Amino acid sequence: MLATSPAFKENATQALANAGLQKALTRTRPQHPAKRAAAVAALPEFEQLRDIGRDIKNHTIAHLDFYLETWAGNVERAGGKVHWCSTADDARAAVLEICNRVNAKTVTKGKSMISEELGINEHLEQHGITPVETDLGEYILQLRHEPPSHIIGPAFHLNREDWEESFRKAHTDLPADRVFHERRDIMSEARNELRAKFLAADVGITGANFLIAETGSSVIVTNEGNGDLTQTLPRVHIVLASIEKMVPTLEDATSLLRLLARSATGQDFSVYTTFSTGIRRPGDLDGPEEYHVVLVDNGRSAMVGTEFQDMLRCIRCSACMNHCPVYFSVGGHSYGWVYPGPMGAVLTPSLIGIDKAGHLPNASTFCGKCESVCPVKIPLPMLMRHWREREFERHLTPKAVRSNLALWAWFARRPGLYRVATRAAAAMLGWMGRRKGRFHSLPLAGGWTDGRDLPAPEGDTFFARYAREQRAGRV
Amino acid sequence: MSKDAILGEIRRGLKRGPLPEDQAMALRARLAAHPRHLIPARSRVPRPEQLALFVRNVEKEYGTVAHVAGLADVPAAIADYLAAQNLPTDFAMAPHPELQALPWHLRPMLQMRVGRAQPTDLVSVQHGYAAVAETGTLVLPAAPERPTTLNLLSDTAIVVLRASRVVGAYEEAWDLLRAERNDPVSNGFMPRNVMLVTGPSRSADIESTLELGAHGPRRLHVVLVDDDPAAS
Ligand code: SF4
Repeated sequence: MLATSPAFKENATQALANAGLQKALTRTRPQHPAKRAAAVAALPEFEQLRDIGRDIKNHTIAHLDFYLETWAGNVERAGGKVHWCSTADDARAAVLEICNRVNAKTVTKGKSMISEELGINEHLEQHGITPVETDLGEYILQLRHEPPSHIIGPAFHLNREDWEESFRKAHTDLPADRVFHERRDIMSEARNELRAKFLAADVGITGANFLIAETGSSVIVTNEGNGDLTQTLPRVHIVLASIEKMVPTLEDATSLLRLLARSATGQDFSVYTTFSTGIRRPGDLDGPEEYHVVLVDNGRSAMVGTEFQDMLRCIRCSACMNHCPVYFSVGGHSYGWVYPGPMGAVLTPSLIGIDKAGHLPNASTFCGKCESVCPVKIPLPMLMRHWREREFERHLTPKAVRSNLALWAWFARRPGLYRVATRAAAAMLGWMGRRKGRFHSLPLAGGWTDGRDLPAPEGDTFFARYAREQRAGRV
Repeated sequence: MSKDAILGEIRRGLKRGPLPEDQAMALRARLAAHPRHLIPARSRVPRPEQLALFVRNVEKEYGTVAHVAGLADVPAAIADYLAAQNLPTDFAMAPHPELQALPWHLRPMLQMRVGRAQPTDLVSVQHGYAAVAETGTLVLPAAPERPTTLNLLSDTAIVVLRASRVVGAYEEAWDLLRAERNDPVSNGFMPRNVMLVTGPSRSADIESTLELGAHGPRRLHVVLVDDDPAAS
C-alpha cells in the first residue's frame, strides 16, 4: 500500500472538513469505550489477564526463533507448507506463485491487515487474478477503491448512503429501483453476491490472529463467518501471517483470546474462532487440499532487541484507536498507511521508515488512554516518545524535525482541530470518570513539552478556549 | 534463505545464537506440559450452575436452546423448532453415528440428506463435540462425521449437544481433544480445523450497528440432551 503518511497534515485537514466522515466518527466515538467497559466489568479477572497476556507475548518474543521453527515443523507434519518471507516482495511472489501453480482465476479473501500491508490485491490484479474481499466492510472498500480506516471495522467511516450508492453501482444485475429499507437489506444483498464468489474461488486467503507452535495451527477470529467460508470452500488455503503472531500453546492462545474480543468489540468472545491445522484429512468431506502459510517478516525481526520490541506484543485489537481522541478527530485514513491510531503511530515508522511516518508519533495528545486499555500493556505513549527522541538523536534532518514542529504549530493554529480533538478527549475523560483537571497540561502539546525544550505552547489560550466552551455547554 | 535471514535477525536482536540446548529443552517441556494460565472463576461453579451458565451465554449471544430428556427426543425437538420458525423440514445432517442412530422414523415429515452442506441448504444439523460454558461456545472439530460446511453454509444451524459434553472453560475442551483424538496425518491431536462457535453470524460493518446473519447462519439453535446425571 502506498503510504500517504508524509501528508498527515493535509490528510487531517481534509478529514476535518469531511462532513460524512465526521458524522461517522460522531456516531461511533462513544460506542467502543462503553462496550469494552461493560465486557471488562463482567470479567473480574481482566486486569490479571492483561498481565498474563503481556507475559505470554514477552516470553514468546524472547524465544521467537525457537517457537517459529517448532511451529513450522508442526505445520509440515500436518501436511501444510511454510513460506518464509523476509520482505513484502518475497511474500507477494510466494502468494502469486501458489495461485499461478493452481491456475487460480479468482481468489476470495478474509480480512487481513497483512494483506493490506503487502498490497496483495494489487499484485494479484496485475497478474490477471481477481481478488474478492469477503468481509462486509472490506468488500465495500474494494468496490470503492478505498483503504480500510480501522483495523477491525474497516468501513466504519462510511454512512448508509455510501453503501447504497456503491451497491447500486456495482450490482447492476439487480433492479435499479430496489429499495433498501433497512441495513439488513444491504447486508443480505452482499451475502447473496458473495455466496457465488465463495463457491467459484480457486484459492482462499485469510490472515491469522495467532500461530500456535505446539500444534502448527493458525487461528482466525471473525464475526461474519466469511473467513471460514474463505478457508473452507476453495481447494487451496493460503494464510498470511507475520512472525509476531506466534504463541507457544493452545492455553497461551486461549488466554489471549479472553482479552481479544473484549478489547476489540466488547464481545465476550467473537462468533467464530477457528483453529486451522494443515490439509483436509482422509475421509473429510470438506476443507482445502493445500494449506500454505506465507510467513512475513517485513521489518519485524529488526524490532527485536530495540526499544520498540514491546510493539511486537500487539494483538491488533484496536482498543487503542477506539479510545484515541486524535483518531476520532481525523479518522483512520489521515494516518496514511495500513495501521492507524496509536498502534499505527508506533508501528508504521518501524515498518515504512521514520522519514515517511515521522508525523505520526507526533499526532498524539499523550493522554495515555491507549496504554491504559491495551490488553497486552504496550506502553504506546512512551514508544511514540522514543520515536521523537530518535529523530532528534539521529538528527534526522533539520527539515524533518522542523516539519514536526510545524505539525504541532499547525495543530495549534487551527482552533477547529483543537476543539474537535479536545472535545473528543474531554468526552473520553468523561467516560473514564476522571477529573478534567488532567487537562492542565494541554492535550495537544503536553507530549511536546515533555522532556523537550520547546517554546511554551500557546496552551493557555487553548485551554482557556476549552474552558470557555465548557462553560458555554459546547463541550 | 529468507528463513535464515529472519531467524538470524531475531537472534541478533536477542543478542545470542541459536537457543542453547538446555533452554530449548525447557521450552519443549513447557510445550509438552502446556500449562494453564488463570481460568476465570465464572465457570468454576457446581455442575447445574455450569450448565445454566452455558445456556444463558448461548442466549445472550442470540442463540436459542431446547432441552430434551434423551437422544430419542431429538427428532421431535427439531421438528417442533422448524415448525415454530416456519422453516422447511428438509436439512443436511452430519454423518455422525450418534445422529444417524436417532429414531427419525418417529417424525416422517423430516427429510434429511446426510453429508456435507451444499450452498442451497437452508437448515443443517451438526453434531456438537463439546461446548464451553464460560461464553456459551460450541466446540466443533472437523472430522469425516462432522463436516465444517454444516457450521457455515445453511441459514439455520442446529447443533445436537449432550449436556455431559459441556465443560466450564476452553482449556477443558482442549484436554478432551488431546485425550480423545489421534490425528492420522500429523500424529498429534488437532484435526484440520476446530471451530469455536459463539452465537449466529453477525456484522457491525454497516454504520457500526449489529445485524445478524452476515455470511454464516442467521439462526443458531442448540438441542441440549440432558444426559448428565450430575446436572440436576
Ligand atoms: S497496541 Fe494494544 S490496544 Fe492497540 S491494537 Fe495493539 S494490542 Fe490492541
